[in-house]
Amino acid sequence: MLSFLKDLIASFQEFVFVAGRAFQNIFRRPHYYGDVLIQMDIIGFGSLTIVMLTGFFSGAIIALQMSRALNTYGAASQVGSIVSLTLVRELGPVLTALLVAGRNASGIASELGSMKVTEQIDAMRALGTDPVQKLITPRLTATSVMLPLLTVIADAIGLVGAYLVSVPLLGLLTGSEYWSSSWQVLVYNDLAQGLIKPFIFGIIIALVGCFYGMRTSGGTQGVGHATTQAVVASSIWIFFVALLIDKIFVNL
Amino acid sequence: MPEDVEALVQFDDVSTQFGDLWALRDVSFGLRKSETRIIFGAAGSGKTTLLKAAIGLIQPDSGKICLFGEEITNRSEHALFALRAKAGMLFQESALFDSLTVRENVEYPLRNQQSETPLTEEEMEGRVREALRFVELEHTLDKLPSELSGGMRRRVGIARAIVTEPPLVLYDSPTAGLDPITANTIMALIAKERDVRQTASLIVTHRFQDGELMANFRYDAGTEELVPVPESGGDSTERALTKFFVMKEGEIVFSGSREQLDQATDPYVRRFAKH
Ligand SMILES: Nc1ncnc2c1ncn2[C@@H]1O[C@H](COP(=O)(O)OP(=O)(O)OP(=O)(O)O)[C@@H](O)[C@H]1O
Ligand SMILES: [Mg+2]
Repeated sequence: MLSFLKDLIASFQEFVFVAGRAFQNIFRRPHYYGDVLIQMDIIGFGSLTIVMLTGFFSGAIIALQMSRALNTYGAASQVGSIVSLTLVRELGPVLTALLVAGRNASGIASELGSMKVTEQIDAMRALGTDPVQKLITPRLTATSVMLPLLTVIADAIGLVGAYLVSVPLLGLLTGSEYWSSSWQVLVYNDLAQGLIKPFIFGIIIALVGCFYGMRTSGGTQGVGHATTQAVVASSIWIFFVALLIDKIFVNL
Repeated sequence: MPEDVEALVQFDDVSTQFGDLWALRDVSFGLRKSETRIIFGAAGSGKTTLLKAAIGLIQPDSGKICLFGEEITNRSEHALFALRAKAGMLFQESALFDSLTVRENVEYPLRNQQSETPLTEEEMEGRVREALRFVELEHTLDKLPSELSGGMRRRVGIARAIVTEPPLVLYDSPTAGLDPITANTIMALIAKERDVRQTASLIVTHRFQDGELMANFRYDAGTEELVPVPESGGDSTERALTKFFVMKEGEIVFSGSREQLDQATDPYVRRFAKH
């Protein structure tokens, strides 16, 4: 038990160290812009379909569930505001982040992990390239830029899904009522939360993926292990940080 | 051991442990221009660790390592990149970047050194082709490493290690898993490197013949061929420049010339001598 705790603290220390270097390198030359663009494409464009589908269905499902509950209070016209608030503040950021964690934290960890076990990382160091600069920093930049964008798209598509359920399907309210209520309910605080969260989740996904990838050992089996760990750890961190941010914003 | 200012690599009482296992134990030696060390040893005896420590990829627990006359032990990773890039290294499993083509792999060190030694695109192309011709793989330029055989990957690895014409090259098992003909070609190329450019090298190998070749042959610039070094007397500098190490559990248990290796009595060391 004690040694488990020690390991935990040691790896957290290591994590903070790697994270620190990755952030430092954002402002340090050389910059690998090409790699940033490639990663943006993989992370952003690659996840677009699944993020849109998930956004659509979560919007539709919330609308369906909420309409029943709201109907009992005779408040069915509020469905737009409820969906909008839940999506923008909480579900949009968290669901999108979890999807991207499943796709990209694992992808990053397995890619860097196989580079590690085949000595490509050592080769990079031997040839005078900083692997943190070349591999981690571009992934960090790309994920933290793309995740907020993906979240905005997921939120928008989710509202469309909810619209289709509550207006044409259930006929709870008119289209213009729906859109104006869902838009008006949002205040500055909600939008800020809805963008800060995915930004931070993006940082978590990239760093956790890179961290587990870079410390991979023990051949192909180790790569599989690193991949699983990266997804589990980043998902837990996403929930934990979501809670933390909620707490901060509720107090504001 | 006295400080050797001319040494390209200098180890002083270097030790490293992984857990309670010695990967390097009190290793001391120096390597100068044109010199070759053939490193033998059983699996897990610390050969790879020794090469990696020489360019600071592994920091030892104790002792001092100098590379090109500068101490590298306890230097920060960032301060090491430039120094390391001056040496060439062939990794045991080649370690080619598998997302890059053969051309891009061999180009990589040149592009990395653009700031110190700027090259035009044509010059770079020329250097890449020359290095690949050296290992007889010019036709693979646009292939990906995954499309090559293990032996071919190793030869591309050699091309990448020597393309910048470094004064020091570390070869981790350059001939392992190759057929005898290709293996001899590779060793001949390494000998040529040494004789044409006075390159110093550390060569990890399992093949006795590799050491034989380095010690007994010399590249003749006139005929462009390897010629045997005279058996005795004369200027048998190749023989003096080629020394043999045998490693066991992180320790260099034998260090000496080919003749001394042949005469060794220790049964472990004898396993690596010609019978
Ligand atoms: N990163 C590491 N973590 C833990 N142990 C290691 C590590 N690298 C090497 N070792 C151990 O150190 C010892 C020396 O390893 P090294 O790779 O230098 O052996 P080697 O002589 O190159 O073997 P081979 O001929 O099989 O390549 C081995 O017992 C190995 O298990
Ligand atoms: Mg080895």
